[in-house]
Amino acid sequence: MQRSKKMWAALGALATITAVGLAGCSGSSFSGGSAGATQNAGSPLTVLIGSSGDAETKAVTDAVAAWSSSSGTTATVSAASDLNQQLAQGFASGKPADVFYVSTDALAGYAANGSLLAYGDKLANKDDFYPTLVSSFTYDGKFYCAPKDFSTLGLEINTDMWAQAGLTDADIPKTWDQLSAVAAKLTTADHVGLAFSPEYARLGAFMAQAGGGLVSADGKTATANSAANVAGLQYVKSLLASGSAKTTKDLGAGWGGEAFGKGLAAMTIEGNWIGGAMKSDYPAIKYTVAQLPAGPAGQGTLQFTNCWGIAADSQNQDAALKLVEQLTSTDQQLSFASAFGVMPSVQSAADKWKAANPTFAPFLESADFAQGVPTAKGASDVITDLNSQLESIATGDPQAILDQTQKNLEAVVGK
Amino acid sequence: MSVTSGSKATTSRRAAIAGREGVAGWLFTLPIIVILGLFLVVPVGMALWVSFSDWSGRGSPFSGDVSFIGFNNYQDLLGGGGLAERDFGISLRNNAWYVLLVVPLQTAVSLFLAVMVNRAILRGRGFFRTAFYFPSVTSSVAITVLWLFLFGATGAVNKLLSYLGVNGPNWFADPSGIVHNFLALFGVTSGPAVLTDNTALGVSYWDWLSGPSVAMTAFILMAIFTTSGTFMLLFIAALQNLSGETQEAAMMDGANGWQRFWRVTLPQLRPVLFTVLTLGLIGTWQVFDQIYTGTQGGPGKTTVTPAYLSYTSAFSNQEWGKGSAIAFMLFVIIVVLTLVQRWVLRERGVSRRRMRAYLPAASETNSSAAAVAAVAEKKDEVR
Repeated sequence: MQRSKKMWAALGALATITAVGLAGCSGSSFSGGSAGATQNAGSPLTVLIGSSGDAETKAVTDAVAAWSSSSGTTATVSAASDLNQQLAQGFASGKPADVFYVSTDALAGYAANGSLLAYGDKLANKDDFYPTLVSSFTYDGKFYCAPKDFSTLGLEINTDMWAQAGLTDADIPKTWDQLSAVAAKLTTADHVGLAFSPEYARLGAFMAQAGGGLVSADGKTATANSAANVAGLQYVKSLLASGSAKTTKDLGAGWGGEAFGKGLAAMTIEGNWIGGAMKSDYPAIKYTVAQLPAGPAGQGTLQFTNCWGIAADSQNQDAALKLVEQLTSTDQQLSFASAFGVMPSVQSAADKWKAANPTFAPFLESADFAQGVPTAKGASDVITDLNSQLESIATGDPQAILDQTQKNLEAVVGK
Repeated sequence: MSVTSGSKATTSRRAAIAGREGVAGWLFTLPIIVILGLFLVVPVGMALWVSFSDWSGRGSPFSGDVSFIGFNNYQDLLGGGGLAERDFGISLRNNAWYVLLVVPLQTAVSLFLAVMVNRAILRGRGFFRTAFYFPSVTSSVAITVLWLFLFGATGAVNKLLSYLGVNGPNWFADPSGIVHNFLALFGVTSGPAVLTDNTALGVSYWDWLSGPSVAMTAFILMAIFTTSGTFMLLFIAALQNLSGETQEAAMMDGANGWQRFWRVTLPQLRPVLFTVLTLGLIGTWQVFDQIYTGTQGGPGKTTVTPAYLSYTSAFSNQEWGKGSAIAFMLFVIIVVLTLVQRWVLRERGVSRRRMRAYLPAASETNSSAAAVAAVAEKKDEVR
């Protein structure tokens, strides 16, 4: 008894000593963080990106290298294998990367705990960004970070199947009724008319077209179970019930692009990221892109984006800001767009981009009526939960699903 | 530390160690104590603190602006009434079914395999042992990827099933529970109000009883496939340590093969059985890699496990307190279940009912019953 007590005492002492030691040696850097803008001009920058592939990594690396040689500040780019985890480790240790990608659902968490520098208002090209993108990265009234690029959802149409069904350009659906009609015409024994992933990031577009949205325009009130949202999901149910639309899950495909590329569906709802997949995986498929049809409340689509975050603990915030300005400049965004197919987040690049990508112009034109996804802290959990229920939307009750979401959402928004 | 232990001998055993030897002892053990302390005790202690704090993930958890919030994190998970509680309930449900199916099945399969490949009569024993052990050596990530292909909608497993006339499910995309599916065969698609209206941890009793989802079932098959080989090795080692004499004695007494296995071999394997069950229990409550590389919790959250939820809470949602609270609850669950299992598998005296079989039928008197009881008690004492 005596012996084990001593052993525990010794272990305890050891643990305390080590803990104090750890806290002690790391203390300096932690306190440096809370003091804020510790400027050390000339200290090198690190850039951490969550890359979509080699093309993106190379494009960003080249762009940063070009900025480095012109500005004289060394900067290195690394592609994260798990961006969220690596960012979290950086913030906890007090030595985060200086510049990094931030997703809309991670913004609130990092902004709330003070990890992010709210530099948006200092940007020279601040007014050039699309206003909806700016509001996606505004937390607590502060514009935190510069939108990197963005995507919207559109309707992709297989032109061969379209022609086979005897449809012409004039038949491109403009309303829900027309969408149902062409989906029915396009449905054959081999393929369905329309396929989409059963998740909020696709079906949310129908809620927007019905005039709804998960949160109010100012993002402060949960509106998940509004009549408009229910109507949007009811329409999705009617599409599925008619048999002319199927979820990608029921088609055995991972996402809309796969179902579309394999010829399992004549139309699908995806964003402009589908371009890369079609080019590399399904080059034989000929397709065109249209804006999503309007619902009872007009046109609506969803918009997805990332921003260039700057760490509050960065040693060289001035240089980081200059780097971000360079990376979001019109020309740079256009060259990113041609390198890995994204849409520029600045309005000044729109015309050139549309000229270079005429097929994809409907995606960019959809920016006018695009709705951002909820960005409150904890909202991503709510959406995950919503997605888990939307997987069985064909048999589910939209009202019950949205009531549950409303309850979950009320707990996180407006806090 | 050496000062506290070395010179003052408190027990007779300690007295045998001279002062110098004590110092030397501590000196030799010091490296591992420091390593364990630095990389195990301190991090665990820090995590425990985080689970009681409102640390937001920036800077040190011991800095001044982090405050103690008591059991708030635990409270949110166990009775918050919100999404956090429901997610935790769902993850426990998923993992409990996983444990319930994997642990007994993998133990039985590994014991069966061990007995089979332990037979001296079997040709090519080496080949079979290697073949059965092989999945255990392969990385769990590689096997998960393999599994995703095998159990895809048009994968090999469904092809095989289609030859048998069975239309296989879309395994990793099917969130329906297998118990629910089984009941649906008899037309039962929704439970009685008693089960659907009452909830525990935000999940209705009916959903607790849903069984593992079809997707989780694929993971269960995978766990059995990969771990049976490892545990088979432990059983083989144990089987080869059993003395032949006991078997021979049982044979002389006229026990057949089945009886020898149940009454003679298996009781002797009890320590290994305990090891296998404990390792199985710990391993299955900590499922993480398969979920992380495979399904990320989908479809319909039916493959979310507490270990994975702890990870996503902390790293994706910056809910560090909740993440570590989940980790510590998982720790408690594992410890409690191991103790329960230890208690169930404890060495017990032969019960009177069973003892009767070994006694001459005529001597069924008070005195013999007392003798049996004495034997039983004695065994308990030995334990």
